[in-house]
Amino acid sequence: MTHPMSLVRPLFRRLPLAALLLTAIAPRLVNAQAATATARYIAPRTPDGHPDLQGNWTNATLTPLERPTGLPRALSKAQAAGLEKIRADTVETTAKPSDPNRTAPPVGGDGSTGAAGNVGGYNYVWIDAGDHVAFVNGELRSSFIVDPANGRLPALTPAARAWAQQRGAKNRQFGQYDNPENRPLAERCLMSFGSNAGPPMLPNGFYNNNYTIVQTKNHVMIMTEMVHDVRIIKLGEPAPRSPLVRPWMGESWGRWDGDTLVVETTGFYPLQELSQSVGLGGAWGANDSLRVVEKFTRTRDNVILYRFTVHDPLNFSAPWSGELPMIAMEEQIYEYACHEGNYAMSNVLSGARSMEREAAAKKKSNPPE
Amino acid sequence: MASRSLAPYVLAVLTRPPMTNGVKTVVMRDRLAAFSSSVCRLAFVALVCAPAMVPQILHAQRGTIPRQANGKPDLNGIWRANGNDSYDIEPHNARAAMASRPGPVVPVPAREVLAFGAVGSVPSGRGIVVGGPIPYTAEALAKKRENQENWLTRDPEIKCYLPGVPRANYMPYSFQIIQSTKAFFMAYEYAGATRRVYFKDPGPAETDSWMGQSVGAWQGDTFVVTVTGMNADTWFDRAGNHHTEAMKVVERYTMLGPDHMRYEATMEDPQTFTRPWTIRTTLYRNVEPDATLGQFKCVEFVEELLYGHLRKAPIKP
Repeated sequence: MTHPMSLVRPLFRRLPLAALLLTAIAPRLVNAQAATATARYIAPRTPDGHPDLQGNWTNATLTPLERPTGLPRALSKAQAAGLEKIRADTVETTAKPSDPNRTAPPVGGDGSTGAAGNVGGYNYVWIDAGDHVAFVNGELRSSFIVDPANGRLPALTPAARAWAQQRGAKNRQFGQYDNPENRPLAERCLMSFGSNAGPPMLPNGFYNNNYTIVQTKNHVMIMTEMVHDVRIIKLGEPAPRSPLVRPWMGESWGRWDGDTLVVETTGFYPLQELSQSVGLGGAWGANDSLRVVEKFTRTRDNVILYRFTVHDPLNFSAPWSGELPMIAMEEQIYEYACHEGNYAMSNVLSGARSMEREAAAKKKSNPPE
Repeated sequence: MASRSLAPYVLAVLTRPPMTNGVKTVVMRDRLAAFSSSVCRLAFVALVCAPAMVPQILHAQRGTIPRQANGKPDLNGIWRANGNDSYDIEPHNARAAMASRPGPVVPVPAREVLAFGAVGSVPSGRGIVVGGPIPYTAEALAKKRENQENWLTRDPEIKCYLPGVPRANYMPYSFQIIQSTKAFFMAYEYAGATRRVYFKDPGPAETDSWMGQSVGAWQGDTFVVTVTGMNADTWFDRAGNHHTEAMKVVERYTMLGPDHMRYEATMEDPQTFTRPWTIRTTLYRNVEPDATLGQFKCVEFVEELLYGHLRKAPIKP
C-alpha cells in the first residue's frame, strides 16, 4: 500500500501555486476553537482536581510532521484556506460513487500515488485524513515540528546512517512480498499506520485518527482506534523497569505539572519502528535510548494541546519537538478488528506466489535463446 | 432480590453471641417473626439459600469495598479469574490434550499437539455454568460437538482473534478496569482487546463486532452491563461452546470485598439455547503494589500458522 503520507505531501508541494490562485478566496477561520493556550481558560476538573482530559479526540489534520521547504512556520490564512480548498475539492471529486455500469478498468487504480492508486482500494468516502491545517497558539502551522526551528527532523547520526545501510542490505535479500514479516506493521495488523498510538501520537494522514481518554486518580488510559491499542499511563514516580520487558508503545509514566499532564515513555518494543512513521526510511526504530516526553494541556473545551519531544541520541543528532491539537469529537469510536478480517495479507502473499508461478511457466514455455 | 434482603438475618445468626441476654433474645425473636412470612424458614435459609448469599457475607466479613467520589463501587484494578474454565466452562475431567485422535485403547493427543506433553493437556474444572449443562438446542449441541472435534482449526483463540464476551473475562490472562465517574473502560491483556462500556445507551449497535457494544448501569452496588451486537464468531471456551449474533449477554459485576469481585453473565440467544443461562465465577485483584497489565499482542505470533504456507519459501516441516 502507498504510504498514507503521500496523500498529504502532494498537497503541500502544490501549495505555492494554490496559494497564488486562491488568495482571492475569502479565508475561513478554521478550527475556530483553537489550541491557543489562553490564560483565562480553566479546564473542567476530575474529582481529584486535575484537568479532565476524558472523551473522544481526533488529531486528523492537513499539517504534516515536517515543514515543506520554503514555507514559514505559520501559514497565512490565505495559504491555509488554499490547502483546505484543495483537500475539499479532492474529497468531493474522489468520494463520488463509482458508476455501477462502468466496464472493468484496463489497469487497477487511477494511476495516482495516493490511496486511490495501486489497485484502487479506497474511494475517498472511506478516508478521513483531516480537512484543516493545525491551529496552535494562534498560528496555522505548516508542520508539527517546532524544534528544530526549521520544522525539519534533525540530521541522523553517522551511526544511524550506517545502520540504515546495513538494514537496507538485509532487507534487499527479500522481495517485498516474500514473507508476512516483509510487510509493514500496519498491513500485518500489529500497529496502526504511521505513529497513531506512538508515542508520539501523530495522525497517519489516512483515516481513523481517533482516541479515547479515560482518567482515574492513578491512571490515564489512551485508546487508539487503530488496532485498538491501549496505553495505560501510570501516574506517579516511575518504578524500576526490567530492560527485558519492552512492550509495544513502551512503558509510560505520567505526572501533573500544574494543569499539564507530562508523560515519559521508555522501553519500546524493538519492532516498533518510529522510523516508519516519520519517514526516516531505514534508520533505527525504537531502541534502548529512545525516550519520548509528551505534554497534554486542555486549552479549550474541545481542544487538547499535544506537545512532544523525542530524545533519541542513537538516531538523531539532537532532540526534536512538535505540537498539534487534539480536537474533541462527539461520534462513537468503533472496533478496529484488523487482524480478524485481514484477507489482504493472505491475498497479497498468494497473489505474489501466483505471479511467480505465471512467470515460471512463461519462462518454461519461452526458454531464452 | 430475596437473597439480598435475607442476608442480614443469616449473618446475624452466623455471628450472633450466645443468647443469654433476654433483650437479645427478644430482638432475635422479633427478627424471626418478621422473617416468618418469608418463603424460607431460618434453618432452610441457612442450609439452602446460603450459597447465594456468600457475596453479602464475604462483603460483611471483609469490610467496606472501595468507592468512587460519587459513592459507586470502585472497580479500578487488574483482575483475573482463577480457574480452568477457559478450557471448558462446563464441569470436566482432566484429559490428555485439547485435540485428540483415536488410539488403540483410549484417545491419544492429536499429532499437532503431541509434543506439548503434559503442558498441552487439559486440567479438570468444576465448571462455572449455573444449574446444569448449557441448554443447547439439539442442532446447536451437535455444532458444539463438531466444534470440539475441529478445535484446532475452529477456535478463534488459536488465531488470536478478539475473544468476545464473556470469554474475555475468564481467559488465563488479566484485564484492567479503568473507571471514572464519567467513563468505564476495560483493557484486556489477551490480544489487546478493549471494551468501552457506555453509561448512556447509544441505541442498537450500528454494526456487529467481536467485543460487542456494552452499556452499563448501576443496580445498587452491582454494575450491570448489557452486551449486544456481537458477531457469531466468538466462543465461550476451548471446548467449542458457541452462540450466534442474536446473543445478548447481561453481566453483573459485584465487589465482594476490596480484592474480590463476583462475575455473573446471563446469555440469551434463542437461535442457540432453549432458555437463558448463567455463568458465575470470581475475579481476583492483582494486589502487587506495582501491578501492571501485561501485553499480549498475539497477532505477530500466529503469522506462521496463518500465512506460513504462503511464504515464497515455506519453511519445511
